[in-house]
Amino acid sequence: MARELALRDALNEAMSEEMRRDESVFLMGEEVAAYNGAYKVSKGMLDEFGPKRVIDTPIAELGFAGIGVGAAMNGLRPIVEFMTWNFAVLAFDQIVNNAAKTLSQSAGQFKCPIVFRGPSGAAGQLAQQHSQTFESWLANVPGLKVVSCIDPADAKGLLKSAIRDDDPVCMMESELLYGYKGEVPEGEYLVPIGVAAVRREGTDVTLVSFNKMMLPTLEAAEELAKEGISAEVIDLRSIRPLDHQTIVESVKKTNRLVVVDESWPLAGVSAEVAYEIQKYAFDYLDAPVTRVNAADTSLPYAPTLVDEYMPNAAKIIKAVKEVTYVK
Amino acid sequence: MSTVTDKTKKVRKAGATKYDKEMYLKWYELMLRIRKFEERALMLYGQQKIRGFCHVYIGQEAVAAGIESAITNEDAIVTAYRQHGTALGRGVPANECMAELMGKETGVVKGKGGSMHFFDKSRRYFGGNGIVGAQIPIGTGIAFAEKYRGTQNLCVTMFGDGAARQGALHESFNMAMTWKLPVLYICENNGYAMGTSVERTSNVMELYKLGYAYDMPSETVDGMSPESVHEAVSKAAKHIREGKGPYYLEIRTYRYKGHSVSDPAKYRTKKEVEEYKEKDPVKVTERKLLSEKIATEEEVKAIKEKVKNEVEESVKFAEESNYPDPSELYTDNYVQKDYPYIMD
Repeated sequence: MARELALRDALNEAMSEEMRRDESVFLMGEEVAAYNGAYKVSKGMLDEFGPKRVIDTPIAELGFAGIGVGAAMNGLRPIVEFMTWNFAVLAFDQIVNNAAKTLSQSAGQFKCPIVFRGPSGAAGQLAQQHSQTFESWLANVPGLKVVSCIDPADAKGLLKSAIRDDDPVCMMESELLYGYKGEVPEGEYLVPIGVAAVRREGTDVTLVSFNKMMLPTLEAAEELAKEGISAEVIDLRSIRPLDHQTIVESVKKTNRLVVVDESWPLAGVSAEVAYEIQKYAFDYLDAPVTRVNAADTSLPYAPTLVDEYMPNAAKIIKAVKEVTYVK
Repeated sequence: MSTVTDKTKKVRKAGATKYDKEMYLKWYELMLRIRKFEERALMLYGQQKIRGFCHVYIGQEAVAAGIESAITNEDAIVTAYRQHGTALGRGVPANECMAELMGKETGVVKGKGGSMHFFDKSRRYFGGNGIVGAQIPIGTGIAFAEKYRGTQNLCVTMFGDGAARQGALHESFNMAMTWKLPVLYICENNGYAMGTSVERTSNVMELYKLGYAYDMPSETVDGMSPESVHEAVSKAAKHIREGKGPYYLEIRTYRYKGHSVSDPAKYRTKKEVEEYKEKDPVKVTERKLLSEKIATEEEVKAIKEKVKNEVEESVKFAEESNYPDPSELYTDNYVQKDYPYIMD
């Protein structure tokens, strides 16, 4: 039996189920307890688990991320919520220099089973500092795993896997889509980290995306179908490790690839996907790999500038027509 | 160098012989082990057998000795990159430390960490951290986990005077006090953040006063005397184990050498270094052992011989050990055994 749940409620279920299952799991972050979460992801959790396990922190990202790392090294399984990943930049020392490196530095003695989670990506007219994506930044770092998914059922299963994972995991959510609804199965299930999902099967072109860019990507596929172009749509779900096999298999069938990625273009996720495809599906390509990224600029405030900056269905359709040579 | 020499009433003076012979001999042996180990490490660095960065603990030995005698094996320690002495204090064998400095597979972290990153889980040693101040929130988190599990253990979280200016310290102090975490913060104030003296980095030169901003009990300690360090750490540990929350000790010490082996330390005067050599914790303790007849000359000689052999043996052990196999590059990055590394 499945029911319809919003992304925020699916994430809440994932955390609550894991906290019931394992006493060493706890949640900390700004406004996660008494306020029920800045975006209500942790609604009701203080009531159920109490202040020992659902902990409001001061606004001190570096400090509480580091406290999480220390607690993880000493046997607990912290979930550290960032109000947005933009603010987590203050904590990158702890994520990049410590969480990611503790196992290597200690030659396997100290693992760091921690989940850092929060929304990534633009969320309307929030301007330069509140609109960035961090998947490619963090996926660059060996030692970390990065998942990025807005499908409520998969996000729940991925977060549960992340909490149980013995390695540090960064979970990217979406401010705009916490209310996005989907069918979520009842009962216990996990979604493995590192496996992409084919959301729509097709034969003429492969569209690869993740997080909230899945919505304009699926919208574009729908529009293209009306014009007789059959698009296969892949949701990466995990950025590190990246499931290039699923993409390669798809491109061998469609011979064309468009990557839709809210990251900036240089050294972004789309660049990595394009590399993998030229390396492992070179002989199958009938057109250059093309990508639709956020603009190579900061994101300003005015609505016209936001529209110009963001990927959308029209831009994706245009890119697909380029690689399928349709005028 | 007003910070180390000033005679505020807060600075503890070395007391008379109030501890038993066994304690003095233990302190002396550990301090001598650290001194001889570090002197040998410097030589080996000169011979290029040790590479990378190498920050030695010479001059600060009494801090490690006084801490270790005042805490238990169940307590945790985390510190910065000037950490060979801290690890030896925890009981990590000299063999494993020296092999690590040479990058050998028999090192305490299999040649993967080098001088800055010794870790020993079995001895509750949470490592040497190479990012100034990064271990302060980590130590706070280690303490958080102890409180979460309801143990009586504390986490000694050590850092240098340079780290006292990092935001991480202030964020940690604030949360540790708010949540009454069992953490003992120890600033080893050796007077210099690399080449920059304490007075050049802030208007607040009395580093213990930083704790006052968070209502944390804070004191200064004479770091050239193991007795003073032991006494202060014992008192602080008692306070922490009573559930009263963190404690902060600014231990005033001195490093005789440069920041790292590549630093000739020209920012200090000869006079200053000579003054401190008079307070040398190893020499002062040795003099005390003999003048106050705590130990005989034969006993002191036997310790010297033992330590010398141990250090020489560690060099031999390290030199005869192998470097890690290149395949070790792909271990210990992830706990997940079949992690799909990108290898093209």
